[in-house]
Amino acid sequence: MPRMMLSEKTEKGSFKKSMKKLLLYCKKFWWWIALSMIFGAVGVTFQIIGPNKIQDLITLIATGLNSSGVDLAAVGKIGIFLVCIYVAGAILSYFQQFILTTVTQKLSKKFRHDISHKINKLPLNYFDTNMFGDVLSRVTNDVDRVGQSLNESIGTLFHSGLLFVGVFIMMFVTDWILALTVIGATIIGFAFSLIFMTRAQKYFNQNQKNLGDLNSHIEEVYSGHNVVQLFNAKEQTGEEFDKINKRLFTSGWKSQFISGVMGPIMGFVGNFGYVAVCIVGAILALQRGGIEYIGIISAFMIYVRLFSNPLSQIAQSLTNLQATSAAANRVFDFLEEKELSDESGKTLVLNDVRGDVEFDNVVFGYNENKIIIKDFSANIKAGEKVAIVGPTGAGKTTLVNLLMRFYEVNSGDIKIDGVSTKDLTRDNVHKLFGMVLQDTWLFEGTIKENLRYNTENVTDEQIVDACKKVGIDHFIQTLSNGYDTVIDDAVNLSAGQKQLLTIARTMIENKPMMILDEATSSVDTRTEVLLQKAMDKVMEGRTSFIIAHRLSTIKNADLILVLKDGDIIESGNHEELLKAGGFYADLYNSQFEEV
Amino acid sequence: MFKLLKNLKKIDYIFMLLILGLVVFQVWLDLTLPTYSEKLVNGIMGKINMNTILVNGGLMLACAFGSLASAILVGFLVANIASRLTYNLRRKVYDKIQNFSLGEINKFSTASLITRTTNDIMNIQFFIAMGLQALIKAPIMAIWTITKIVNVSWQWTTATAIVICVLVLMVLIIVCFAVPKFKKIQIMMDNINRVTRENLTGIRVIRASNAEEYQNAKFEKSNDEITKTTLFANRVMGIMNPGMNLLMSGLGLAINWIGAYIIKSPLEIGSITKYMSFSMQVIMAFMLLIMIFILMPRALVSAKRINEVLDTPNSILPGKFVDDNPDGKACVVFDNVSFKYPDADEYVLHDISFTANEGETVAFIGSTGSGKSTLINLIPRLYDATEGRVLIDGVDVRDYEPNSLNKKIGYVPQRGVLFRGTVKSNVNFGDNNATDDTVANALSISQASNFVSRMEKGVDSSISQGGTNVSGGQKQRLSIARAVARRPEIFIFDDSFSALDYKTDRKLRSALKKHTEKVTKLIVAQRIGTIKDADKIIVLDNGNMVGIGTHDELLRNCPVYQEIALSQLSKEEL
Repeated sequence: MPRMMLSEKTEKGSFKKSMKKLLLYCKKFWWWIALSMIFGAVGVTFQIIGPNKIQDLITLIATGLNSSGVDLAAVGKIGIFLVCIYVAGAILSYFQQFILTTVTQKLSKKFRHDISHKINKLPLNYFDTNMFGDVLSRVTNDVDRVGQSLNESIGTLFHSGLLFVGVFIMMFVTDWILALTVIGATIIGFAFSLIFMTRAQKYFNQNQKNLGDLNSHIEEVYSGHNVVQLFNAKEQTGEEFDKINKRLFTSGWKSQFISGVMGPIMGFVGNFGYVAVCIVGAILALQRGGIEYIGIISAFMIYVRLFSNPLSQIAQSLTNLQATSAAANRVFDFLEEKELSDESGKTLVLNDVRGDVEFDNVVFGYNENKIIIKDFSANIKAGEKVAIVGPTGAGKTTLVNLLMRFYEVNSGDIKIDGVSTKDLTRDNVHKLFGMVLQDTWLFEGTIKENLRYNTENVTDEQIVDACKKVGIDHFIQTLSNGYDTVIDDAVNLSAGQKQLLTIARTMIENKPMMILDEATSSVDTRTEVLLQKAMDKVMEGRTSFIIAHRLSTIKNADLILVLKDGDIIESGNHEELLKAGGFYADLYNSQFEEV
Repeated sequence: MFKLLKNLKKIDYIFMLLILGLVVFQVWLDLTLPTYSEKLVNGIMGKINMNTILVNGGLMLACAFGSLASAILVGFLVANIASRLTYNLRRKVYDKIQNFSLGEINKFSTASLITRTTNDIMNIQFFIAMGLQALIKAPIMAIWTITKIVNVSWQWTTATAIVICVLVLMVLIIVCFAVPKFKKIQIMMDNINRVTRENLTGIRVIRASNAEEYQNAKFEKSNDEITKTTLFANRVMGIMNPGMNLLMSGLGLAINWIGAYIIKSPLEIGSITKYMSFSMQVIMAFMLLIMIFILMPRALVSAKRINEVLDTPNSILPGKFVDDNPDGKACVVFDNVSFKYPDADEYVLHDISFTANEGETVAFIGSTGSGKSTLINLIPRLYDATEGRVLIDGVDVRDYEPNSLNKKIGYVPQRGVLFRGTVKSNVNFGDNNATDDTVANALSISQASNFVSRMEKGVDSSISQGGTNVSGGQKQRLSIARAVARRPEIFIFDDSFSALDYKTDRKLRSALKKHTEKVTKLIVAQRIGTIKDADKIIVLDNGNMVGIGTHDELLRNCPVYQEIALSQLSKEEL
């Protein structure tokens, strides 16, 4: 609770906003939530009736003992009534919990589902500016946190709130002096515990920070182990470790201490109230001389617990909800990101293409101020092999991304067989190009699943055939389960083998045009020759775009486009460009110069 | 677990004795408090005066305060013991890992070692802090309280015993059903993570293949699984709270109800309240015990993982030879060296022999997996040769005192590794005490002066953890500068030039040649261009040395070399 009060207005605003969004998000479950609340309310009512009946019971015993004897039949009646109420209360609160759990889990599922689908609807540039880890932690940590704490907090908050109010009323109805005593004692107890609580947060934060420091230090030193060892830096890094470790020791025992005594302190708050009730109750009984005070005191002994417990629980749920709100905010932020434009209205379909590609005054920048491709035009005839070369940052990959419509051009047009790609759906454009990228992407599944992937109607023969063509069939046969071997960490595939698999996958997709983006950059030069052969097979008769870092790979291209700062500065085939003695020739020759 | 407890110091045992005393005191107070409330309640029925009330009330208050005070003291001591134990343990594990060789590191994997040093040790701390107190307190509390109540009335005792049995049974059943599910949920969470990661890393491929629905279907499957399992686990866990409330209230009612039958005098009515307090204490004690059993398995797993690290013997033992008069040059000899990884069947290197004379440049080339990196790792003893010897200036590297050996070597790893600090602290890393001039000189040789001078504070600019604030090529140049600043006798470049473009590569090599003439250079490379002018080129194929000589010689007589060369350059260019 103190945290709530300290938090700034803006934080409060975002708290409100995210809670409102959360409420709207679970509209589907409103009726269920309402039902669970009703169960909860009835359960609480039963719980509050309990002490009142115990009071009657004790009074009955006390008066009975003072006179003729205890009316056992009346005691039995109350007892049976209480048993019924207790059991019914337990069942009702279980139902409340059951429904809440179900709702929160369904909600988490919906969250995860929506995030996962959202990933596929976002424009690619979202992922250029956001880290994968960040999206991942939203799917797992944040959703989990929202689910967990809603499950705990909402139920507790509601239950404790009602209980608090109910007990409050019942106490005043029963005896206002004792009621004031309980409230006073609880406040004093809490004030006492505040001394600790206010410090707790500071130490917790400190401890968290030290832990983080230790983590990053260890990560750095362990992953740079070779360097630390060979540069005799063990002492140097060890001193740093000692410093952090000592800090962690201090903050560690402090925060451990505080969280350890939290329990006893809460216990003390209860005990303090208990003692106060005993003393004040006895004084009252003395002054007013009433046997019935025995019953009242007994009832109040229960009220004290019922009253002080919900308070701490409410405080905790509220802190929990704050964390929930932060997590929910992160999830909603992601879900509200701008999506790719809707294309359901497009009807033009391009299926069998020749493969003429035309770039027509294409201008593009990831944002308006930073233009990466300036007025790019090129005319590529069907079946040509086009290589794009240039220094890092020249916009090579960007060009390919535009071709695939991963991004939209700012102005100008890209035409395939004379049809503007803007008039086609993105799916349609994707169907026209096969892609092999530098990062080989395979998923955990069998080799066959990886090869077939999303292509429909592929026979096993076609798969084997493609693998034979790229020359990976023999290797697959040597694996323990052949084509049904599951690719995971246990199967050691070299970078070259992985790339051959993705080439085979592209071959199976059998698309009319090809894009090879730095496909051989992460393998050594001998493997590269193998890959080159495989790719030549895939490119046969297809319009192909090749981006390469190593110039040896593109010497036989029909057309080489030299890109620098978003402009084509040279174009032609290898011999022509070498003869011209420009940028390309310079780049090419620098690999042979003597030192 | 017990093995780890051996790390406790004398003071910890003294603390534990103190805790024992305090806990006994606390339990005594907790058991005394209800007797005063009994007196008060009984007093109401009989004759009572203000004085009695105030005396008894004051004593109760004293009990409550005393109990709190000793609980706080116990909390202090326990937190101290737990933190000190983990402090020492962390230091021990860290030191142990620092002395691991590459082989041991790879056996565990870096990620696993990090978790073992951090999370697993934290788990132990948590368990000691929670468990130690409970372990001492629960039995004392349970036994003492039971002796107090067992003679009061057999009816009450029976009721209490039944409630405790049901409670323990209920918790055990819930735990047995739910805990395995929670473990499963962890695995399923990893699944969700994996599928999402897959989706993110393959986003271009997925879109190019129009495979969004394929991915969604896969995700949905994992999502369904985890939702179902979590639902089950949470629904089972949901029984806990209402169940416990029911049992507690039920016991309260039972005590009152039974009291109606067994209490015969109005002056004994206070014993109901007293008994109620006692029975709650017993239940608390049992809850504490149950808690230990729930916490224990996790701590045991962590303890095992920590012990695995501590019990791993070091495979690379230090020698004694110290080179007192380093002359700034060194000759490296491989004498019939073979190597295989421990536990592996196949040799990675077969019978390698060559000599790198003082000041010579020796290059190693071959396809991935041919053993180039492994070979040069034998010189600084990242691994030890399985057979044969590696000699520096005629002395086996295994006989060198490690610091003395390391001083001779300037090592540049495949991927640039930087540490948090400044440019200067990174170049002047470890036991090197280079002057500012040397640092500047090293930066200029490694072609890093340019970009460093453009950084905000020059050589004092900060480098973030792992060097994430500089580019890959810059990282590589800084780690070359680090090796140069050491003024070693031997340079080892493990494929360090690949991240550089051709022009920088060339400039750097000519600067090295000019300024570090006397130093022996061993270079692993992929580009023919990088190594063309080496004094000796050693060609490796599947761990065998298939050629040694200069570029021109090898082009004439080594087919593997020709193949590599041809894959990079055309015939005319050669």
